[in-house]
Amino acid sequence: MHSTKPSHSKAAVVFTPEMMAQVEHFTKQYPAGKQKSAIIPLLHIVQKKYGWVSVEAQDKVAELLQLQPIEVYEVATFYTMFHLHPVGQYVLEVCRTGPCMIVGAEDICKYLENKLGIKEGEITADGLFTWRTVECLGACGYAPMMQVGDNFHEYLTPEKMDKLIGDWRNK
Amino acid sequence: MPRKLLLEHDKVEGIRHIDTYMKHGGYRSVEKALKKMTPEEVVEEVKKSGLRGRGGAGFPTGMKWSFLAKPEGVPRYLVCNADESEPGTFKDRYLMEYLPHLLIEGMITSSYALGAKVSYIYIRGEYRWIYEILETAIEEARAKGFIGKNILGSGFDFELYMQPGGGAYICGEETALLESLEGKRGNPRMKPPFPAVKGLWGCPTVVNNVETIAAVVPIVNDGGDEYAKIGIGKSTGTKLISACGNIKTPGVFELEMGLPVEEFLNSDEYCGGVAHGKRLKAVVPGGSSVPIVPAGLFYKNIKGEDRLMTYESLADGGFASGTMMGSGGFIVYDEDQCIVRNTWNFTRFYNHESCGQCSPCREGTGWMLKVLDKIEHGKGATMEDIDLLWDIQRRIEGNTICPLGDAAAWPVAAAIRHFREEFEWHVKNPQLAQTKSYGLVGETKYETASA
Repeated sequence: MHSTKPSHSKAAVVFTPEMMAQVEHFTKQYPAGKQKSAIIPLLHIVQKKYGWVSVEAQDKVAELLQLQPIEVYEVATFYTMFHLHPVGQYVLEVCRTGPCMIVGAEDICKYLENKLGIKEGEITADGLFTWRTVECLGACGYAPMMQVGDNFHEYLTPEKMDKLIGDWRNK
Repeated sequence: MPRKLLLEHDKVEGIRHIDTYMKHGGYRSVEKALKKMTPEEVVEEVKKSGLRGRGGAGFPTGMKWSFLAKPEGVPRYLVCNADESEPGTFKDRYLMEYLPHLLIEGMITSSYALGAKVSYIYIRGEYRWIYEILETAIEEARAKGFIGKNILGSGFDFELYMQPGGGAYICGEETALLESLEGKRGNPRMKPPFPAVKGLWGCPTVVNNVETIAAVVPIVNDGGDEYAKIGIGKSTGTKLISACGNIKTPGVFELEMGLPVEEFLNSDEYCGGVAHGKRLKAVVPGGSSVPIVPAGLFYKNIKGEDRLMTYESLADGGFASGTMMGSGGFIVYDEDQCIVRNTWNFTRFYNHESCGQCSPCREGTGWMLKVLDKIEHGKGATMEDIDLLWDIQRRIEGNTICPLGDAAAWPVAAAIRHFREEFEWHVKNPQLAQTKSYGLVGETKYETASA
């Protein structure tokens, strides 16, 4: 399901001055010549801005860190947090692992599929939502749960999902 | 009242901030270690404490520290493993979220003991808000002079940095974590050389779990002997357990090693018992990797003795009848849960998270998933498929570079060992198994087709 086929961005990938300040924050924290360590942090920075990580974004990270593009591609395709294809503005990542499953994660997925009218990995017509399942997020005691952007939403129920989705639609 | 060494102040208002934290005795271990102790003396206290790695392996921390190579002119590193991702485990998250300074304090004191002038906290990328909490705490500690040049006039210079992961269970394995911190795919390294000799960027490195590093604080404050007074035998001190599944009060608890498992599961002070008045079917007491045990073998070992929350007692009976303390990810299953479905789910997890480096794990987890999918979803599995599943897990265990292979094999082996008749019921009743659960062992509620 996690396709690693490259996907291209139509718009140019630009690092704003704020993003460059974050880049510098990371590159300073490693010994000289070890800037490769900043690949994952920089992929997070670019994904936060653009929502996903295009080939162009990965090339830009390689350029900023003075690395070969392949060094960034192999990292971007290994770690599951990076979206290698366009996604909705809100990516609803529902934990599907054991402890969440036994208290109703599968029902949450079915509910999302019906409510949003899309299958796992798809984007709603208005471009707002994508949902997918992910493996254990470390919220097992507060299950079922999902991650959306930087936040965890726990003890999920259909009512809670309705409210969250309604709020995002009205934003 | 049971003693709390780590979570004593977790509910104090404002404890995330350094002033409140210091009002409650915070950063005493830094003062004590840097002003009154040599690094060797700190290591000695940790050895005396009997502290064992809290990430899952349970290796003695003092011994791990004493293996650290100290070649002249080569930097040494302490790396905190905050990549918590073992299913059922969310204790480090709790500690970092509510007591960020306890981890920072432990990092400073431990780095001093190891002679590490630069250390890193590698935190799973999904814990984004905790990353921010820790960054703020680091800045506060720097402003108070606990991080930076010549800390407290001791001559010890120290920097502490945060590093986010990108979503990969395998990076909780220490050498995969180091690869990831170097900006690579999380492929575990062959050992030896061990990180203590060649770790981060080829330099001597100690990788310790969040809870392990936090435990260094009370050990330095009160002395290793005092810490070792708590617990039984080689299981000393307190342990954080994250409890989840079908229990009344899921959450993170600090308990003294040696607490009877019966009390932990059923007392209102901890899990509050199985939820909704149901009966206990099985427990996975140390994260998804450790063997699942049926209720009978959970409460008592094969000799009929009460099981206790210690490394030794949980493992009593070996894999034939025991399990492991592991990471402290305590998952409880009630009578309505399906063991086959849970095994299928965990196998899907390990298949998804295998880094792909070793073929027994890369291919084996996929084969197990296919077989389990057949059994669980009524796709024409036969009795031979159960034997095939057993055979595959046996060929993965012990044949891979890192323990992910074992971690994938053990849950499958234990499920077949203790719940074989439930697997057989699925094979015999593929349709029924889609709508009903098998229930407790030896007590099938549904009519079974004749074999």
